[in-house]
Amino acid sequence: MRGHPEKWLDDGENLSGFGSPVLHLEEMLLNMGPQHPSTHGVLRLKLHLDGELVISVDPVIGYLHRGFEKLAENRTYLQFLAMISRLDYLSGIFMEWAYVRSVEQLMELEVPCRAEHLRVIVAEINRIISHHVALGDFMLNLGSWTPFFWTFRDREVAMDLIEMVTGQRMMYNYMRIGGVRYDLPDGFEEKCRDFIKYFPPKIDEYEKLITDNEIFLSRTLGIGVISPEEAFSYGLSGTNLRASGVKWDLRRVEGYSAYPQFDFEIPVGQWGDAFDRYKVRIEEMRQSVRIIEQALDSLPGGPVNVQLPPMLRPPAGSAYQAVESPRGEFGCYLESDGGLRPWRAKLRDPSFVAISMLPKLMAGNKIADIVAICGSLDVLMGGTDR
Amino acid sequence: MDYAAILDTLVRILFGFLIAVAVVMLSAVVFPFSMRRLWGFMGDRLGPNRVGPQGFFQPIADGLKLFIKEDITPSQANWLLFLAAPAVALVTPTLMQVVIPFGENYTIADLNIGLIYIVAVGSFGVTGLLLGGWASNNKYSLLGGLRSAAQMISYEIPLIITIVIVAIMTGSLSLNSVVGAQGTVWFGAVQPMAFFIYIIAGVAEMNRTPFDLPEAESELVSGYMTEYGGMRFAFYAALIEWGNATVWAMVGSTLFLGGYRGPWFNSPVWLALKVMVMVFVIIWFFSTFPRLQVDQLMSFAWKVMIPLSLFNLLVTGVLLTVMPDNAYYAIAAISWVSVVLFIALFPRVLKGNLLKKRLRAMKGI
Repeated sequence: MRGHPEKWLDDGENLSGFGSPVLHLEEMLLNMGPQHPSTHGVLRLKLHLDGELVISVDPVIGYLHRGFEKLAENRTYLQFLAMISRLDYLSGIFMEWAYVRSVEQLMELEVPCRAEHLRVIVAEINRIISHHVALGDFMLNLGSWTPFFWTFRDREVAMDLIEMVTGQRMMYNYMRIGGVRYDLPDGFEEKCRDFIKYFPPKIDEYEKLITDNEIFLSRTLGIGVISPEEAFSYGLSGTNLRASGVKWDLRRVEGYSAYPQFDFEIPVGQWGDAFDRYKVRIEEMRQSVRIIEQALDSLPGGPVNVQLPPMLRPPAGSAYQAVESPRGEFGCYLESDGGLRPWRAKLRDPSFVAISMLPKLMAGNKIADIVAICGSLDVLMGGTDR
Repeated sequence: MDYAAILDTLVRILFGFLIAVAVVMLSAVVFPFSMRRLWGFMGDRLGPNRVGPQGFFQPIADGLKLFIKEDITPSQANWLLFLAAPAVALVTPTLMQVVIPFGENYTIADLNIGLIYIVAVGSFGVTGLLLGGWASNNKYSLLGGLRSAAQMISYEIPLIITIVIVAIMTGSLSLNSVVGAQGTVWFGAVQPMAFFIYIIAGVAEMNRTPFDLPEAESELVSGYMTEYGGMRFAFYAALIEWGNATVWAMVGSTLFLGGYRGPWFNSPVWLALKVMVMVFVIIWFFSTFPRLQVDQLMSFAWKVMIPLSLFNLLVTGVLLTVMPDNAYYAIAAISWVSVVLFIALFPRVLKGNLLKKRLRAMKGI
């Protein structure tokens, strides 16, 4: 009966037989966002509420639409590279990586071994940074402040590292077609090894504060459950898919770049609820540290870039390359007509897929679960709206 | 007519008013600052330390800034109630102090129904929040106001029952007698269960983390105070929040920690120290816990807190009747055992239930 106001009206008519006034109940429409503290940017959720209960949700996207795919068609291949890390601004390296990999596929370029290692190192640091934000924001959505400050304290350390390599803290512009922009600076290796020592105890510290907290458990266990079949049918990928128990990681499945050389585990969940998604993210941070360490140990010498002609004209054809970004499979499809600019660019963003699941996951939950689910899926509007 | 008596009463009223307002004002200056610094240290950062020595003048700067901001009333709001609501909410922390014994002879009015007065004035607090939430004509505010009403009414019951327990043990409703009865041992040591329930129910009553649903910034933006700005926001966010916290700590230390009594000498200093310790507990909660959810909050009140406090009341009453001579030892034994058992067992039971719920949610799809 709850959740069906139209049936209440019938009840009201029945009540009128007893001489009481007709009870008129209606659902409340609450606009959550686009300016709301916990909708991860500019996501707008139209909530149909029955008291605290959410009857249905309509996500509205597009408040951050910048027309990236069209912009790509009006720029040369190198010009677009400077923009693409603005797409999913928390994990810019992965956007650049997917793009340069598609261009490299178009041109059939061979990337130097050292460059691949550098790409892996920077990307894994970026994954840690992104998971820091995801974790901190998730806890903030649940009303806990301290984990947010702790994750951002350690995020600063990781940001300093990535700033040393790329010169930037967010919009890296580090990948180049056929390699990377700079070699490692002096002193990076010691600093990175310090970070490898410093960071895993900090992850244990987060877990001590969060994982066994009864309030946290009661807010996340069994909330926003996604079954593996559902996840497949929506096209979910990345952490959210692995939390449902599917061992699907492009780093392992496709084995792109230098990843096949490294030994790391793919953490999977069992239940596919908000808690599992949190847990998988925590484990992934640990694995990222392992990958960085191995990549540093086995860093080969040689050039980090290849000589390219000043005017880049990939041969006609099409290419699709995807990387495992912190939010899932980020893919870039490029169609070239042999000219200076891509004839068509299509970007596949994992957050967009996750947002398409929101109405299904949120209906029937409480208002507080809305923000918990939103935070646990780790959606980012920069990538969704493109 | 006895002019001296009238004059005496008038002076008492004046000084009582000054003290009550001064305590609220002082708490709104000292505690937000100490909260921000402590919270900063717990979050591994510094907190405000720029304005004055160690940032001590930060709250004054904040207050000044809020004071000179424009006072905005939303055009669609019920302006009269909107303007009145913060003042109505301020009534509770101010009036509560009337019966609190600050020192041996420092009670503004030693009412012989002090405990009933505290309960009555304490229940009034929800009015201001509900008014503010309703008058703002904002859906977030309305939800916040309704949440606070539901929550405060639910948690009032265990709170009142613990106060009843203290009244039974004292045999009087006057707070001075309550403090007098704790000459040898604090009620907090005899009745840790009641003190425990008082802390939890009080934190919920004040809408503090982990029960801060009415102002849940990640869900309801700011709950009932979403539409308020400037000085009226300061009323809600500083004066009322911290005034309530101070008064809660004052009542708690009077009921369970011996009030102004202390080793070597009895003085208001002890009361102030105990208040600070209890407020520190709130700050500690704040920087540790996430927020509960509405249904969990209500079921915790009705399924856990109220049965526990009723059990506690029953045990205390029966023991005091059956063996009035050495009831304290028996009460202390049962109370300590039950509080330890509760803390040890409740998380396990809760986790078991949650795992079952998870299983159901898994099967539901």
